[in-house]
Amino acid sequence: MALEKLILFLADDDEDDRLMFQEAIDEVKIQTELITFHNGKALMDALAKKDCRQPHMIFLDLNMPVKNGMQCLKEIKMMPALADLPIAIYSTSSSEEDIDATFHHGANIYINKPNTFGQLKQVVEKVLQLNWQYQTSNLNRDTFLFRI
Amino acid sequence: MKLYLKYDHAKTYKALLTEQFEALALGFTLHGLGEVELSKPLSSVERESLTKALQRYGIEIIADQKTALVQRIKEAIHEMLHDEQANLLKVSAYLADKLAYSYAYLSTIFSEATYMSIENFVILKKVDRVKSLMANTDLTLTEIAFKLNYSSVAHLSGQFKKTTGLTPSAFQKIIARRKSLNLNTL
Repeated sequence: MALEKLILFLADDDEDDRLMFQEAIDEVKIQTELITFHNGKALMDALAKKDCRQPHMIFLDLNMPVKNGMQCLKEIKMMPALADLPIAIYSTSSSEEDIDATFHHGANIYINKPNTFGQLKQVVEKVLQLNWQYQTSNLNRDTFLFRI
Repeated sequence: MKLYLKYDHAKTYKALLTEQFEALALGFTLHGLGEVELSKPLSSVERESLTKALQRYGIEIIADQKTALVQRIKEAIHEMLHDEQANLLKVSAYLADKLAYSYAYLSTIFSEATYMSIENFVILKKVDRVKSLMANTDLTLTEIAFKLNYSSVAHLSGQFKKTTGLTPSAFQKIIARRKSLNLNTL
């Protein structure tokens, strides 16, 4: 069950954060294609399109204008076609309340945005490895929960 | 209403394959570990119908040998963790014996294909089993540690925290909360 490429979506309103993320992902060995969105609404519009390529994982920033990450998470989990899609929250918030709330509503991974590029690379690599295993191994999706 | 199901991976796999191979009138022997021996080679028409029949269940016929070996390593690890006696053996010895390749070879192939070492994969699988037992049974952490051959609950907790970033109790709370949220939306 080899996957050729992981397709990833990232919604983040901060342009620099999007760029850093792209650079980090380019340096990781796993083959990926990253598609970025500048807010939650742009992401949800893309997912709602019929011919939208389905990603293997979505990264959501929490604080975004127009539509925030929490709203996106809830909407995605309500869409039958996407309900099983792994969701990683990618946020600067380390409030336990935010973390618990995203997990309760079905997020799989909570990532605290790291401060350095080196740390970001490590974090991205770990998340992709985990997601890769969940795509190709016999692991329980309903307990796919990590905090990084 | 909602039902919660628990299933035996090995049994499901066996029953499903038996059904599919019998439906296509193919002579076969199941070897476990994702390997099936056919009594005669497949014609291209048979291969196509078999591929289609299995596809519906998310089962794929693996064409390339290395991918097939990686899949067999994963299945062997799965079996090992579910076998209370094999559980006591060293992973390296168990895999080399079961798959008849040197552990060095297996570990190189595995890391190349999955970007993860066999050792880390075993830990991920073990923690996955812990999570599943915590979510679906009433076993206490102490009982789970004993069942899965951890030397102590502290060792289990430590490995759990290191792998998932969550403490076992935080994990349990999330699962309980999710279940209650699901129930509330009914």
